[in-house]
Amino acid sequence: MKPGRYLPIAGLIAAVIGVQLLTYYTGSAYMLTQLTMSAYYSLVIIGLCILIGYAGQISIGHAGFFAIGGYISAFLTTYDLLPYKSHGLITFLSNAGLLVRTEDLYGSQVLHFQPWAACIMAVLFTIIVAYFIGGPVLKLKGHYLAMATLGFGIIVYRTVLGTSFFGAADGLSDVPPFVLFSGLEVSGKASGRVQNYYIASGLVIAGVILLLNLVHSRIGRALRSIHGAEDAAGAMGVNTAKYKLNIFVLSAVFAAIAGVLLTHYNGGIGPSEASVMKSVRYVAIVAIGGMANIWGSLIMGFLLNFLSLRGYFGSFDDAVFGAILIIIMLFAPEGLLHKGLFSGLKRLFSRPPKEEGQT
Amino acid sequence: MTELLEVKDLSRSFGGLQAVNKVSFNVQKNNIKALIGPNGAGKTTLFNLISGMLSPDSGSIMFDGRPVHGLQPYQIASKGLARTFQHVKLFPKMTALENVMLGRHTHSRAGFISSMLSLPWTWKEEKAIREKSLEIMDFLGVSELAGSEATSLAYGQQRIVELARALACEPALLLLDEPAAGLNMRETAEMAHLITKIREMGITVLIVEHDMSLVMDISDEIIVLSYGEKIADDVPLAIQKNREVIRTYLGEEDA
Repeated sequence: MKPGRYLPIAGLIAAVIGVQLLTYYTGSAYMLTQLTMSAYYSLVIIGLCILIGYAGQISIGHAGFFAIGGYISAFLTTYDLLPYKSHGLITFLSNAGLLVRTEDLYGSQVLHFQPWAACIMAVLFTIIVAYFIGGPVLKLKGHYLAMATLGFGIIVYRTVLGTSFFGAADGLSDVPPFVLFSGLEVSGKASGRVQNYYIASGLVIAGVILLLNLVHSRIGRALRSIHGAEDAAGAMGVNTAKYKLNIFVLSAVFAAIAGVLLTHYNGGIGPSEASVMKSVRYVAIVAIGGMANIWGSLIMGFLLNFLSLRGYFGSFDDAVFGAILIIIMLFAPEGLLHKGLFSGLKRLFSRPPKEEGQT
Repeated sequence: MTELLEVKDLSRSFGGLQAVNKVSFNVQKNNIKALIGPNGAGKTTLFNLISGMLSPDSGSIMFDGRPVHGLQPYQIASKGLARTFQHVKLFPKMTALENVMLGRHTHSRAGFISSMLSLPWTWKEEKAIREKSLEIMDFLGVSELAGSEATSLAYGQQRIVELARALACEPALLLLDEPAAGLNMRETAEMAHLITKIREMGITVLIVEHDMSLVMDISDEIIVLSYGEKIADDVPLAIQKNREVIRTYLGEEDA
């Protein structure tokens, strides 16, 4: 295909390596922790960018999908199944290699799900929820869709907050490391900082490649047509309901995978990950990134999450993202980083053309 | 002659308004059939019923011998029925070529997974879509507009790009909703020429139009609707002499 599409990918890989080397030589390797977390949040954001920017369907409930992924994975990998070990189902799961025995802090044995199994179950459950929610909700348009997805986000938030086996207000902690392959594990250990930075960044790069391919395909064209004129898209043979649902589920999967991995990286998850302000933050970043602009969303996703996690916004953290959303909607509803911006800047810095027709 | 489209006793009302009332007609293969009538006669409603954007209250629509009433627009489109709109509906933020390429949707099959993985066969398919779309734009004489943003084009050009998008579906039946609306005389004549060229490709055309000269020139048969009911269905010459049609358009003689 077009090599031009993959050239920026090479740039992204170089930037990822460059940043790591920079932190190494400036002795600020501790920043890799926030960069890794930003990478996982960026994964949510690029998935949401496809949904909002390309397919034109808003979701103010994506923190809900992130939290579903994270919580299910955390629950399955921490909940002790030892008391039920004689149960037929548990024996079956154990024989199938889906369970592991470990020791807890006090040296007593516990039995819980293996992280891979938990991850797959978390993502599958998210897919089911997304289909279940998306089916009816995506029939709505504009404000109504925004409100319905907001409602979904609130339901997830109140559910995790009010459920004792999800740790209520404390969330779940002591989530074990996620061993992807031997020697490669997602965990918050200081020794694995560089490794985890590359795991997260690698995942983001893979996500960007997959989504760029999608955007430049028959499906991407159909999604943009739905955004532009849904009835005309239908009249041209696009099954609009199915495509909207599929892209909604796909973006939910991106959020869930990010949720699972960040939970293993942090060693836990709390209800704030499911809060409405998280969903607003994701939408705000997609908006400032230029709506239909994967690269813009990615850059802003890394940058703003990093600044937020490093505490630059102080106690105004949520207010900053709310303000970003308002300002973008008022002054640049097309988003800040869109094609028009660059041509506008070029015009600003180039000399005005000479007046013609005068003798 | 074989019937491509058979509409029987089709009715649709909006609240108290009977927009289409027990309308029956046939469209024969490779004909150009026109649908005329005063404003509010139910022409566009009839089009929306045939293309599945509205569902009928009663009656049946057979396309190529199979019932299509009650199906979704995308299902009807995939059976070989394409349409244009009274108010041009091109996809904004997409080039003219991309708009036409979307017309190839029903003739291609790359899905979410194969597209994300960019499997080699999808490249070939994409290339074929692009070539066929350019070929159609070339046929309609708008290939030089391929790279322009569709909604920034002049209105007459937008109409032709929309026509190209519909032709890219390779339809058996093409529904044109007022293709000459908003066009000047030269553009209207060009449109008439294009429609006859399209018929020569073996495509059947059903057209809603206000421009009488265009309709009389190119159609094989004309249906006249008034207040949702069919009042005439004949060849153009007979329509011109039909007393009821004249009364509908010009009012009573003996006033």
